[in-house]
Amino acid sequence: MTAPAFSPSGLRFENIDKRYGGLYALRRVSLTIAPGECVVFAGRNGSGKTTLLRIAAQLVRPSAGSLSFSGAANAGRPGFVAHATMVYDELTPEENLLLFARLQGTPQPENRVAALLEEVGLAERRESLVRTFSRGMRQRVAIARALLHEPAILLMDEPATGLDPQGVGWLAETLHRLRDSGRTILMSLHGESEISSLGTRAIRLDAGSVVADTRTGATFRSILTFADA
Amino acid sequence: MSLLSNTAVLLGKELRTEFRSRELLTTTFVFILTIIVLFSLTFDPTSDESRRFAPGLLWLAFLFASSLMLQPCFLREQLNDTLSALRLSVSDPFAIFLAKLAANTLFLLLTELLLLPFFTVMYNVPVLRVLHWLVLVFFLASLGISIAGTALSAISAQARMRELLLPLLMLPLLTPILVASAEVTRALLDRDPAVLWQGIGFIAVFDVVFLTAIWLFGEYLLEE
Repeated sequence: MTAPAFSPSGLRFENIDKRYGGLYALRRVSLTIAPGECVVFAGRNGSGKTTLLRIAAQLVRPSAGSLSFSGAANAGRPGFVAHATMVYDELTPEENLLLFARLQGTPQPENRVAALLEEVGLAERRESLVRTFSRGMRQRVAIARALLHEPAILLMDEPATGLDPQGVGWLAETLHRLRDSGRTILMSLHGESEISSLGTRAIRLDAGSVVADTRTGATFRSILTFADA
Repeated sequence: MSLLSNTAVLLGKELRTEFRSRELLTTTFVFILTIIVLFSLTFDPTSDESRRFAPGLLWLAFLFASSLMLQPCFLREQLNDTLSALRLSVSDPFAIFLAKLAANTLFLLLTELLLLPFFTVMYNVPVLRVLHWLVLVFFLASLGISIAGTALSAISAQARMRELLLPLLMLPLLTPILVASAEVTRALLDRDPAVLWQGIGFIAVFDVVFLTAIWLFGEYLLEE
């Protein structure tokens, strides 16, 4: 993993509501995430996990409440790995990463992209089109894209979806390194797994509200397993 | 990162993906060519008849073809949620619109210019002496169609009946530019300078008004 070029940062959701018409996706969610925490969001489909992460990524505007970042004065935008890959199938991983690096104004984009491709194990396939990749390889490109600008906060929406056991192992190892580098990580997961064990805090959402929030072992596990019920 | 450099990077991506697949250019070219050939063979117009109705037919074909071309403009960005990745990366979301409308204008203009020789031959309309004016009209009208069409494509991409919605919104909105472009083209073929300047002025104003509207409100069109 490249040497971190970011300052630790946390975030704070204050009384966040998100309505789609008359339907509440989130209802009065207040959370403070400290710099360096690795938070696992659990909950059934439609519980509001994705909406909360998209609000944190500033892709969705809350209907009420506010989002603020703490720690570094200029932490920059969080890195975001969505359920979809967020990369172009008709471009190569190198072209994809160069495109986003140039848009973000990354200094020396070619060097940064080459280093990231090496890091995610795609250096040899850098000139193949993404559409020829397996789901696991696409996810590696997606993670590389999210890390381009060295974000202090990383948001991941069900990052293990579609990955085979080998892919999950790679993801767990990568997240482990990212967590240990001091990044704040927020991820939504379904159930207990190799990846959820990396969490330092578990939060359960139900019908758009926070119903459980813990950092301790037994309760932590029950939050994740209940998500599968 | 400035608006212009972001736009240039995104325009490069649009051109690269299109010239790699040639999906839009081929579809649009074949569609317009079919209309031009079909009407020419069906009505077999004289030179005088061609000067009167061929400009209208030509612009109608361009308009329908542009709705085909503009449909996937933002739908493609939804496939892998790449629109979100772009919104997270650009400093000004207007760059996304600028790049897309520049690419659409280029594709449309290229198709029109490639089809012009076929139009000239099939309808026996000599255009060489007014070619430079015709290129200007093609450019201004294609820009107008792309500006309005790109904005409507962004709106319709998020709607439920997206395939129906774009032509439904686009065709009435672009009727004024279609009428003006057809009139200007007819004026060029008839050497009628009064109509020519009036029409070009109208199309230019249309372009400026819609571009300003997108600049002011485009960001909201990209929000979820």
